[in-house]
Amino acid sequence: MLMKRLLVATAAAIALWSWWDYRAGAADSSGLTGPRRRIAVVLSVGGLGDKSFNDSAYEGLLRAVRELGIEEAHGEPADIAEPAEFLDVYAEEGYDLIIGVGFLMKDAVEKAARSHPDRKFALIDAPIDPREYPNCASLLFSEHEGSFLVGALAAMASKSGRVGFVGGMDIPLIHKFKVGYAEGARHVNPECEVLVRYAGAGPDAFHDPVKGKAMAETLFSQGVDVIYHASGSTGNGVIQAAAEHGKLAIGVDANQNYMKPGHVLTSMLKRVDVAVCETIRAVCEERFQGRVCVFGLKEGGIGYAMDEHNRALVTSPMQERVEALKAKILAGEIRVTDYLEVQRGK
Amino acid sequence: MNEFSLLPALVPATIQAATPLLFAALGGLISERAGIVNLALEGMMLAGAFAGACAAILLHDAVPGHPAAAAAGAVMAALVAGALVALLHAAACITFRADQVVSGIALNMLVLGLTVFFSQSIFHMKGGTPQLEEVTLGRLSLGASMALSPLCFVAAAVLPVAGFLLFSTPFGLRLRACGEHPRAAATVGIPVARIRYLAVLASGLLAGLGGLYLVFDVGSFSKEMTSGRGYIALAAIIFGRWRPGLTLAGCLLFGLAQSLQLQLQGRVEVPVAFLQMLPYGVTLVVLAGAIGRSTPPAALGKTG
Repeated sequence: MLMKRLLVATAAAIALWSWWDYRAGAADSSGLTGPRRRIAVVLSVGGLGDKSFNDSAYEGLLRAVRELGIEEAHGEPADIAEPAEFLDVYAEEGYDLIIGVGFLMKDAVEKAARSHPDRKFALIDAPIDPREYPNCASLLFSEHEGSFLVGALAAMASKSGRVGFVGGMDIPLIHKFKVGYAEGARHVNPECEVLVRYAGAGPDAFHDPVKGKAMAETLFSQGVDVIYHASGSTGNGVIQAAAEHGKLAIGVDANQNYMKPGHVLTSMLKRVDVAVCETIRAVCEERFQGRVCVFGLKEGGIGYAMDEHNRALVTSPMQERVEALKAKILAGEIRVTDYLEVQRGK
Repeated sequence: MNEFSLLPALVPATIQAATPLLFAALGGLISERAGIVNLALEGMMLAGAFAGACAAILLHDAVPGHPAAAAAGAVMAALVAGALVALLHAAACITFRADQVVSGIALNMLVLGLTVFFSQSIFHMKGGTPQLEEVTLGRLSLGASMALSPLCFVAAAVLPVAGFLLFSTPFGLRLRACGEHPRAAATVGIPVARIRYLAVLASGLLAGLGGLYLVFDVGSFSKEMTSGRGYIALAAIIFGRWRPGLTLAGCLLFGLAQSLQLQLQGRVEVPVAFLQMLPYGVTLVVLAGAIGRSTPPAALGKTG
């Protein structure tokens, strides 16, 4: 009996504390004046802490809080059935804009957009037809262009002429990274071999750093000396393996150069934060439109990371060369294959 | 790419993939032999991994220059965290007679949530930790091409100890009696509840070390990094018919399937998805009883 009473008392204390906490939070946010936009982000299943895709989206949301004074909410679905619920709940709670992160959420966002025509929605990483869903914007990235640039850097840095690619799953979105990377590597060195490996066949493949490390070690034993990963936190293992074996890794989505300074050649930056923040800005400035927005090299949505951690790895001739390639892509002289577009064209 | 032969890389990769499974599986084996289903292995591993990483980083920050002490602290923290989750599981299953499967799954979810919560409150990092930097357990070399974590050897040492304890000591006999017929055990004066608590606690300690192995392997904690290894360990126990030696074989088989899958990609003209099915295909074949009937302890999972 004593045990049960203790349990009940503890539960009551926790409930009281969390209510108090909630009240305190509500009180300090009501101090601002003017109409506050309320923006919600539903993250992809990997969730926060991936030091990559989701963290980047969240960073964009936090920047909007600082710069635009919005009120934020974010949901972390535990499985692929949950995003739909989060979207519905936020729509019913009256959020002005609800952003879904990740292509897996496409159906859920379309459904929510249809049942809540008075709310605005945005989806990252998959196109939604604006004629059918006028209240829905899709935010796409030219990952193939960024991958091309880091592929070029990989081929320049490789001594063996063999570079590697570690993808999460063997799916079209990941192929987009792979194809751009291989084209970039071969543009610099037509003889360059690109060895491709995939971590797994389910969502686990994007959060298994131990497997990522084993994969990288396999590639290193096959003569690869630079590996680009597009695999969420699985890539943490790729970067760790590069550091332990004195090789190079290339980060993805967020700037991962800091993780093992001297062993991360660069990172392909996918500025989900830019896309999120700009879309929120559009809502605040009343110019949000349901349309497909592509964030590429030109828009600053895609790039490669240079900072103090990789300054010694990327020599100035290398950087000049990659900047020249970037200019050529921007000028349309080099056309990098967009795997997804090729697929849609079929 | 055929100039690289498979074997030299495959052996250490298999051992490394099997080690965390073996820790968890031996823990699960002890707990299940005492009659307590242990689906919480996944959560215990995750707790051990997270606590180990936190201890390593915080101790190294507090007392820089003593990475060995920080590593020792990490081992302690992993053991304690695994044991805490085990204590909750034992309290739910033994003291409160809850459904053991439900308790295990609930604990897995609870631990996942707690790791995210604490990583945010300690490191402001929602689900991950920073790098462990120079805090490591080091590596022990076996020949020219094999350098393994000391934990691999610990796992290998725990195996015969667990086998001896379970099958050659009076305590082991009592423990197994609790798993086969707890009432009969109780009538001859065996303290069933206490022995079951000890067995579940042992599973927490071992699974915690399994989680710690993962953290030291990749040098940081990241959300859900156990990626189902606790469940694979359970399959290895069933494969091993609740016997330590065969359970080791199960763990090695799963380790081999995973390493082979990674080694074969790009070498054979088979779609990647088929290679990736390998570990799961093996699990199915094993669970379907291809290696003969697997009889669990008679009182396993009974709440009464």
